[in-house]
Amino acid sequence: MLTVSMNVNGNSATHEVPDNTLLVTFLRETLGLTGTHVGCDTSQCGACIVHLNGESVKSCSLFAAQADGAKITTIEGIADGDTLHPMQQAFHENHGLQCGFCTPGMVMSAIELVTKNKNLTERDIREGLEGNICRCTGYHNIVKSIQAAAEKMS
Amino acid sequence: MYSNKYVKATNVNKAASIIADAEDGKFLAGGMTLIPTLKQRLASPDLIIDLSDCKLTGIEDEGASIRIGAMSRHVDVAESVLVQNAIPAIANLASQIGDRQVRNRGTIGGSLANNDPAACYPSALLGLGGTIHTQNRSILAEDFLTGMFETDLEEDEIIIGISFPKPDKAAYVKFPNPASRYAMVGVFVAKFSDGVRVAVTGAGEDGVFRASNIEAALDESFKANSIIDGLVSADNLMSDIHASAEYRAHLIGEMTRRAVIACG
Repeated sequence: MLTVSMNVNGNSATHEVPDNTLLVTFLRETLGLTGTHVGCDTSQCGACIVHLNGESVKSCSLFAAQADGAKITTIEGIADGDTLHPMQQAFHENHGLQCGFCTPGMVMSAIELVTKNKNLTERDIREGLEGNICRCTGYHNIVKSIQAAAEKMS
Repeated sequence: MYSNKYVKATNVNKAASIIADAEDGKFLAGGMTLIPTLKQRLASPDLIIDLSDCKLTGIEDEGASIRIGAMSRHVDVAESVLVQNAIPAIANLASQIGDRQVRNRGTIGGSLANNDPAACYPSALLGLGGTIHTQNRSILAEDFLTGMFETDLEEDEIIIGISFPKPDKAAYVKFPNPASRYAMVGVFVAKFSDGVRVAVTGAGEDGVFRASNIEAALDESFKANSIIDGLVSADNLMSDIHASAEYRAHLIGEMTRRAVIACG
């Protein structure tokens, strides 16, 4: 067991966990933040994407211990009270989801993509989503959502 | 996942002494291969030694070469202005590894220490004739890369940095596996004043290799049409669910042509 401390969505969290606890397990099971999903569990699908110090990472492929001292943002941490994040709002308005399972990862991945890159083309967005899989194959509206959010966020 | 202990080392010498005391320790760089491997129970080390606090980052211009710290992540290399100017082929290669999330974690040292037969970086190391620096010694690419998933590293030896000589021209072109983004075939072409080096990843049964027939043809004439059909043999190439050895041989020719064109 070891003690892990991190800042999650603005709150500090310190817990004693088994050494090999994955970050996603820490978020979901220790902290009860189940918005971050476990899809493939083999670091391919991206449903578990969160931000670690502002960068998108697959939380199923990281030990919680590696995030010790880091600032973590999950899907629960991006809205401002009742006001959705522009990316969430854009997914809502453009029907950027079907079953919704991949959505938390899509939104977290897209926020980093839009924050890091200006003037994204549709192709840039499609390529930028290479680490996210939508099993409903609903990519069309996901891309539209990200285009809409990119305009609002710029 | 089997249970294991985790410890963060604060420098390479401490990391080396920790692994010497462990029964079956493993160094952790970015973890983009190691952690999935642990989850699949394909490895069961008793101790994971995280190298992230060992201060092995940083990219320097050494004049005739550049030196990249072993814990530099793929995103760091892809976005480095120094790398983009000195050897753009390396920055371009790094920008194509895995996906954005993998590039935010995976490191050059981790990739080279793993020497996956379908990884991109080994082709840059061999194609440019780079040098691996550990805490104990410097190892030439040819001596370092000893076979599929094998290197010349000792159990307690840690890559601290990699030097890549600056070529006149270089380019890397890969045919990515559409699902995994690993190279089904990746070709790194580098033109130096004393000759052309061509390294192929994703195809060889023993991992990355130099394609001497192609090098000879390009030494003669550095043009895409120097690569004629039949120049690359399917002998000793991998054959699997994704591609036959013959198809890989064809891809090597085609990726080389594209790389030569990309050299401009």
